[in-house]
Amino acid sequence: MFSGQQIASLFLELGVTHVVTVPDSTVGEWGDVMETTPGLAVVRVCREGEAWGIAGGLYLGGSTPVVLIQCTGLFESGDALRNVAHDWHLPILSVIGYRSYLNQMALPGDTCLTFTEPVLDAWRLEFRLITDVSQLPEVRSFLRECRQAARPGVVLIAEGRA
Amino acid sequence: MRAPLELRDAVAVIRETRNPRDIVVPSMGSAREWMALGPTHELDLVLVPSAMGHATSFGLGLALAQPERRVIVLSGDGSLLMNLGTLVTIGSQAPPNLVVIVFVNGVYEVTGAQVTPAAAGRLAGAGSIDFRGIAKACGIRSVYGWSTLDEWRSGIEEALTACGPTVVILHVPVVPGAVGPRSPGPTSERAQRFMRALQRHEGA
Repeated sequence: MFSGQQIASLFLELGVTHVVTVPDSTVGEWGDVMETTPGLAVVRVCREGEAWGIAGGLYLGGSTPVVLIQCTGLFESGDALRNVAHDWHLPILSVIGYRSYLNQMALPGDTCLTFTEPVLDAWRLEFRLITDVSQLPEVRSFLRECRQAARPGVVLIAEGRA
Repeated sequence: MRAPLELRDAVAVIRETRNPRDIVVPSMGSAREWMALGPTHELDLVLVPSAMGHATSFGLGLALAQPERRVIVLSGDGSLLMNLGTLVTIGSQAPPNLVVIVFVNGVYEVTGAQVTPAAAGRLAGAGSIDFRGIAKACGIRSVYGWSTLDEWRSGIEEALTACGPTVVILHVPVVPGAVGPRSPGPTSERAQRFMRALQRHEGA
């Protein structure tokens, strides 16, 4: 999928200031590039629920955070994102790795494919599923639209391995 | 015997001592007491409703976004236990302007004073959980702990001006019959008002 440099450049273009993250095998590879990118600060958290509260505080404080986690972390962080996105109406952007979407034999019996999209629907989070590197412009336009409209938005990145 | 530090008295000391430039993030029982003591300041972010335990996370985000401004989070031990990893994240990010004040009463007060796992362990003879020790071990730069009003009055200035991140552990008794805090108004409006207030206070 995308390189760390592509995502870091995109974040800078969108005015992102902080990336609040728990890594996985795909999105985690971007972390080192982001950490060395001037203008981007990386906040590594212990559990994904933390990420939403920290992003909420960053946003209220005038920064522009993105939450970068895997779909398993989405499942873990439901109450926190509910509070931030729906109680407080904070338009937090997120990029979420979709475990094994491109290689469904990687984890036989894994239920990430069963639950990820319904969970996003249940939390009423608008998302775009990205399955190919050619869709980078779609990522850019979707995140830009969400930012301009001050609404939360999720880019769901199909991953090819567990 | 010294009188215990009541939650309302402890919160009142913070209200008296906070600088008007400070952001204060009260949550759960401390939010109830904070609001009961008088009008709130425009830089108070009363985190009601909240995801339990996440006031510290909001506070960390605010501290990182507003490095020139002190951020004071009021939390409870039940909340801290629900998001204990936050101490590691705070220690790692090390914002010098963040102060987390934890009121330790051993119960989930707003849901009916059921004991926390930490208190349950103590009651079962497993020993007390050392929140100060946990904070220190997580890399929190300045850690304090008190359990009387006199100590708290004497120590608060040092705690608030220490190089953070700072964690203050205050042992308080359970408030009998306490209920959860009421939301002081629509969250969306409060969030917008808070952000506008921060812009007005910029540079102040």
